[in-house]
Order: sequence, then structure tokens, then C-alpha cells
Amino acid sequence: MREPAQRALAVESGRSRLERWSFNGLFGLIGGIATLLLVAPTVIVLITSFTNAFSLKFPPPGYSLRWYSALINDSPEIVAAALTSLKVAASATAISVLLAVAAALVLVRRRELWARLADSIFMSPLMLPTLALGLALLVLFNIAGTGLSPATLVIGHVAITTPYILRTTSASLMQLDPALLESARSLGAGPRYVLLTITLPLIAPGIAAGAFIAFMASFDNVAISLLLSDARSEVLPIRLWHIIEASLDVRAAAASGLLIALTIILALIMERVAGISRHLR
Amino acid sequence: MTVDRTLLPVLPLTLFFALFVFAPLLLLGYVSLHNDMAIQQAGVAQYIKFLGDGFNLGILGQTLWLAACTTVLALLVGYPLAYLYTLAPRNVQRVLILLIVLPMLTSAVVRTFAWVVILGRQGIINEVLLGLAWIEAPLKLLYTPSAVVVALAQIEMPLMVLPLITALSNIPPNLREASLSLGAGRWHTFFKVIVPLSMPGLLAGCLLVFAAAASAFVTQTLVGGGRLMLMPFYIYQQAIQSNNYPFAATIAMILLVSVLAIVMLMNLIGRRFAGIAHA
Repeated sequence: MREPAQRALAVESGRSRLERWSFNGLFGLIGGIATLLLVAPTVIVLITSFTNAFSLKFPPPGYSLRWYSALINDSPEIVAAALTSLKVAASATAISVLLAVAAALVLVRRRELWARLADSIFMSPLMLPTLALGLALLVLFNIAGTGLSPATLVIGHVAITTPYILRTTSASLMQLDPALLESARSLGAGPRYVLLTITLPLIAPGIAAGAFIAFMASFDNVAISLLLSDARSEVLPIRLWHIIEASLDVRAAAASGLLIALTIILALIMERVAGISRHLR
Repeated sequence: MTVDRTLLPVLPLTLFFALFVFAPLLLLGYVSLHNDMAIQQAGVAQYIKFLGDGFNLGILGQTLWLAACTTVLALLVGYPLAYLYTLAPRNVQRVLILLIVLPMLTSAVVRTFAWVVILGRQGIINEVLLGLAWIEAPLKLLYTPSAVVVALAQIEMPLMVLPLITALSNIPPNLREASLSLGAGRWHTFFKVIVPLSMPGLLAGCLLVFAAAASAFVTQTLVGGGRLMLMPFYIYQQAIQSNNYPFAATIAMILLVSVLAIVMLMNLIGRRFAGIAHA
């Protein structure tokens, strides 16, 4: 017969084993489901895009490239929308980089209250309902009498893309070793020379990561574009939104397939060059 | 007064924000305070019209409720993933982080479209259930509030997981080991040590997901369908389809203020929690 203390220990270890299993089991299960949830929808769209049928049936009854060829050969309006999107996203990203990098260079060095306040104001478009901001800009352009043009569309996009670049640039600047700048200065380099030959090259990956994320955010935006684009400049996500909402045309799957492939390739390149995943945290 | 010349680089962004973020939002507030569609007669009639009508309040309530459900679901599914990430070996972490970041960079229209395909009448769920003969006719999964919550939770999950990973990675691993070796079980250690210490990341994730879900126009309209009216589409409909700018501005202001109020409230509660954890 066992001593009471020993028996207590045996019970305890039995309970702790159950405890460990329940914890590891549940966390492993949910973690697995989460990973599957992140990947599966993209894979399902990719597979569906190769269907030979006229519907979005999954799994597809057979496979073909017909919807890709329909997309490229018989869909001038989708191709035109994609080109408009590229132009808008490129312009918005370029302007945002100039505005955000210049501001970050100053804001990071300042410890005063106003600098922190300015920083959170510049980050606020990430929290605002974008449709509200879009409506606000539409009202402004109407009252100012400028009407809508490709320029107003780009302005709306700049407002929502600057925060991404400001965030990654500030983070890179904060990790910059101040000793490098000090030694350059003590060796006689002027502020402009330090900026161009030391600071900017060292924070370039941060700027590139921010610019990439900003470009994707602009390319993807619906809420701002819906309110601010003129009749001539329809962007790709809105074209796709109309297609999916109205008819569930399978060309939307082919367009999605292309976008997924391009995103994966660009993201892998950018991960190598600039380490985007580090900058997103 | 002398002007500090080193501040000049902030000027362009400040001017841009003053002109194209601040001024428009003030103008939006101004337009919302007019009774007529021609914006001539000042008054609070639009707010009375919105707040005095159960239909409108229902749209606001539904929007905030769906965003809250999305946040909770994204947290329940995302937290274990973030926790496992911190315990995983480095090479697994490199793959996991790409799996988390890639969907975030993929177009939201595409990710929403994926859910339209999955939940559709001929989607994978209905096909599997029909194949197993568990159901006789395809279920109506799409165009329901639950579909919106599930799709949004999946689409916004990276926004929850990334801040959680940052917060969990900052917790010294020996705290967990100390708690375990002192006899606290895994559940006890998790809820008493890990969760309180990850509060900043948990809070940041919840705020981001809530704000994103409340204004996710694309997912709300495509997965929710025409019957499910939510605030962002209501703004669009009143502004573009009805040309009723004062009422659209009022809806936008009410959505803006509600989201910001809830974000601030959650921040406040979170600080209280963090205070207890540190004490």
C-alpha cells in the first residue's frame, strides 16, 4: 500500500498530464485550423480559376485555361481598369514616400509631446472608416468646385497609404545606430552628406517595405476609389467588385488567380530584398 | 518668433493632412449639420432622423455587433496561432510568418471572392455535405450575417496575429518556464502569466480588427449581399444613389464617432488591465 503523499503525487501527475494534453491538444488544433484558414481560401480560388465550366462549382468538373484567355483577349474593360489601378497606385506610392520619409526623419528624433501627437494623427487614417474619409474628400472637391479627376483619386489614395510608409520608415530610423551618424559628423561630413550616404541607404529596406505595402493597399482599395474616381478612371478592384456582385462571372476567378500569383511573386522578392514580414509587425 | 528650420521636412505632410484629411472631415461634420439636401438650412434634423428611427439604429447596431463578433472570433482563432508561432523553431517561424503576411498583401476583393466561392450553392461546403448525404438540398450559407463574420474574421486575422506575435515574443521565455516549474499548470500559466503580459498586443490586434471589420465595405456587400444593410453601404447608397449628402455625412459621422469611441474605450479598459497585470 502506498503512502498518502505518494498517492497524492500520482494523482497530481495524472491530472497534470491531462492538463498538458488538453492544453497542447486544443492549442495545436486551433493553430492548425488557423493556418488552414489562412491558406485554403487562396488555394480554392486558384483551383477554381482553372475550371472549364461556366460556374464557380468547386471542385471544378474539368480544367482549362479558357477563363485566363477570356480575361486577356476579350476583356478590354478589365485590362484598362488594371492599368488605371497600376498608375494610381504608383503615383500615390511615390507621393507618399516623399511626404512620409521627410516627416519621419524629423519626427523620430523628437521626444516632445507634439511629435508623438503628430505621429498618431498621421497614423489615424488606418483607424478611420475609409468610406467616411472618401465621402469627406468628395464633399471637399464638390464644394471647392474642382470636380473629380485622376488627381483627386490619387490624393485620396495618398491619405491612406502614407501611414504604412511612415510606420516602417520610423521603425528603421529608430533601429539606426546613432554612433554611425556621430562618427560621420565628427569626421567632417555635413548633414546633407550624412543623410544621402549613411541614413538613407541604411533605412532603404524600411522605406521599400513600406512602399510595397502602401502600393498593395492602394491597388486593393475600393472605398476611396468608389467615391473619388471620375467616370473615365475605373480601377480594377471596383471592376471586380461589380462583376462579383452582379453576375459571378468566372473571369473574376481568373483575374483573382493572376492577382494571387503576382502578389506571391512580388512578396517573395520583397521579403528577400527588404524583409517585409519584419516590417509588418 | 523664430521658426526652427529643422522642422521644415514635416511641413509637406502636415499641409497635406490639414488640407485633405482634417479639412474634409470638418466639412463632413458641417454638411451633416444641415436640414436640407441643398445644404442651405443649418440644423440637427439629420441626426434626429437617424437616431429617432429604429431602422437606422438597427443598421448601426448590426454593423458594430458584426464587427465585435468578428473581433472575438479572430482573437479565439488567432491567439493560439500567435502563441504556437513563438514556441516554434526558427525555420517553421519563417514559413508561418509568410503564410500570415501573404493574405494581408493579397487584394481584399480576391480574399472576399474566395469566400463567395467557398460558401456558394456549389461551393466546397455544400458539395461535401451533399456528397456525404447529410443534406438533401444546398444550404443557403452566403448572404447571411454569420457568413460575414466568418469571412471577415479570416480576412482580418493577420491584423490580429501580427501584433500578438510581437507582444508574445517580448515575454521572456523563462517566465513561462518558472511558472511551470513552480507547479502551475499550462492553463493556469497561460491565463495568469502569458495573457496578461501580451495585453498590449491583444489590445492592438482587437482595435485593428474591429476598426477594419466595421468599415469593410467589400466583404460586407459581397458576402452579406443586398439584403444585409450595413453602415458603409448605407453611406454609399445615400451619397451616390440618392444624392442626399447631408444624410450620408450624418451616417458617416455617426460611424466615425462610434468606431473611435469604442476604440478609445477599449484602450482605456486595456490600460486598466495592464495596470493590474503589472501591480
